[in-house]
Amino acid sequence: MHVDKDLVAASATPLVLAILAEGESYGYAILRRVDELSGGRMAWTDGMLYPLLHRLDRLGLVTSSWGISPQGRRRRHYAITPAGLEALADRRQQWEMVTAALGRVWDDAARLATPPAQGPAAPAAGIA
Amino acid sequence: MAAVEHLDLDEQIARWRAHAERRQAIGTDVDELEDHLRGLVEELEASGLSPDEAFLVAVRRMGALDDVSREFAREHAERLWKQLVVMQDDGPPGRGRRGLGLVLALAVGAGLAVKIPSLFDVDGDTLALFYLPNLSLLVFPFLAAWFAWSRSMPARRVWVQLVLPFAVAALAANLFPLTQDSASLVLMTIHLPIALWFVVGLAYTGGEWRSGARRMDFIRFTGEWFVYYVLIALGGAALVGLTGLGFTAIGVDPFPVLGAWVVPCGAAGAVLVAAWLVEAKQNVIENIAPVLTRVFTPLTTIALLVFLVTVAVARPGVDVERELLILGDLMLVLVLGLILYALSARSPDTPPGLFDRLQLLLVALALVVDALMLVAMAGRIAEFGASPNKVAALGLNIVLLVNLARAGWLGLGFVRGRRPFGAVERWQTDYLPVIAVWVTLVALVLPPVFGWA
Repeated sequence: MHVDKDLVAASATPLVLAILAEGESYGYAILRRVDELSGGRMAWTDGMLYPLLHRLDRLGLVTSSWGISPQGRRRRHYAITPAGLEALADRRQQWEMVTAALGRVWDDAARLATPPAQGPAAPAAGIA
Repeated sequence: MAAVEHLDLDEQIARWRAHAERRQAIGTDVDELEDHLRGLVEELEASGLSPDEAFLVAVRRMGALDDVSREFAREHAERLWKQLVVMQDDGPPGRGRRGLGLVLALAVGAGLAVKIPSLFDVDGDTLALFYLPNLSLLVFPFLAAWFAWSRSMPARRVWVQLVLPFAVAALAANLFPLTQDSASLVLMTIHLPIALWFVVGLAYTGGEWRSGARRMDFIRFTGEWFVYYVLIALGGAALVGLTGLGFTAIGVDPFPVLGAWVVPCGAAGAVLVAAWLVEAKQNVIENIAPVLTRVFTPLTTIALLVFLVTVAVARPGVDVERELLILGDLMLVLVLGLILYALSARSPDTPPGLFDRLQLLLVALALVVDALMLVAMAGRIAEFGASPNKVAALGLNIVLLVNLARAGWLGLGFVRGRRPFGAVERWQTDYLPVIAVWVTLVALVLPPVFGWA
């Protein structure tokens, strides 16, 4: 099952920040890490990562520097800043609130869905 | 023989790159995308695909260039300034061509609006009293109308953000009992056009004035518009002069007609034509804006230094000449204009450089000038009492002082690498409403407060 596009978009910023909090990285490696973390189920269009990284750079949440890859290509490396760590902590709290709320409502729903012992197992068939 | 063209991987990637480079929004980030594409190809080849297959899959994974470049455009609006591809798919199609016809019609309208009042049979003094505060009111509504149309501004916004302010300004300009020699008239003549320019800004952003990016676009637009207007004015002046000489040579005196019709109508119409040119031909002038700021930032820095040294040597004190204070105010406005202009022409990606340090020096000097002027101004008010002129000048100094102080502080952080460029930019876009409110106050509130003095 793949994750819905809007949900992928909403989680992109915290995910990228969290990956960068693990250590400096570059675009390609960040996406491989996303694949690894989600078991390949969060499908990103690879090209879309870069505008996001640039926005985070402009907002001062990450810094970037150009280097050379082992293959001798120009490669831009990104590292998280203290402001980025703060933003990440903030996002994390928000996501925890969302998942906690969802978890609670799903627990309630599961309890309601479990029928009482003496009740009918299925609703009576409607008028045909 | 098989006519299938076979390209090796490097050539294929080079073609893809050339394709990506053509998108202005992606611009110099193509290196980064190419590195990514090559990483994908290598991984796919390692998993057993042929180079051709690996390339095809990798390109697909990168995403359609149209979508990717649109996403880049959203983040890097300043690159698109060269070529408004994104704006075009936002608006309904076909407005581009018809836009020229409409803008020419509006330009003629503005020209006539400026001319018509002078056709009434009234004496020169009454006419001057009418024109001074009303001039911008005769032209800017046409410009605002064009923007409202080209941005498909919703009717409600048009009424609230455009019609209402213009109506209020028109009432004030014509109902205030200002006499010809009152300071209030001069203040209104100077400040009302600036306040109304901000109303044009509301139209320019299509009513989305809360967006920092749209405000930045408007700052950019203002700078470019000014350059175009000056160019048109210079060209126009040369043309009028030549035509005039030509007619004089054959024994007809053309200057009454040129002076009474061609110059005023042309000057009003050029406001719209310049705006249209900015919208249509951004890529031509875009290369000029950074050059202009680089030329004038050092020159203005020197001018401010000279000014400061002169003040320090002459030590004018409280009885400092009025003219000197006005001159100082103008210089500070120029400094702020330069800062905004440089900001709008600068690419946010580039790291701080020598030019940013120079600009910081300019801000620091301007702050010293501003502080000196504030002291002098406060002294004058203490000695001679408040007047509309003094309050307007004092307020302007405070508004500029706050702006420059914070801009200097943020600029320092940016030069030291502690702050992103976005912070500097955001401060200026956040500050625009303060300036707008201040000029509106001077134009509309100071005159009644000081009893139309």
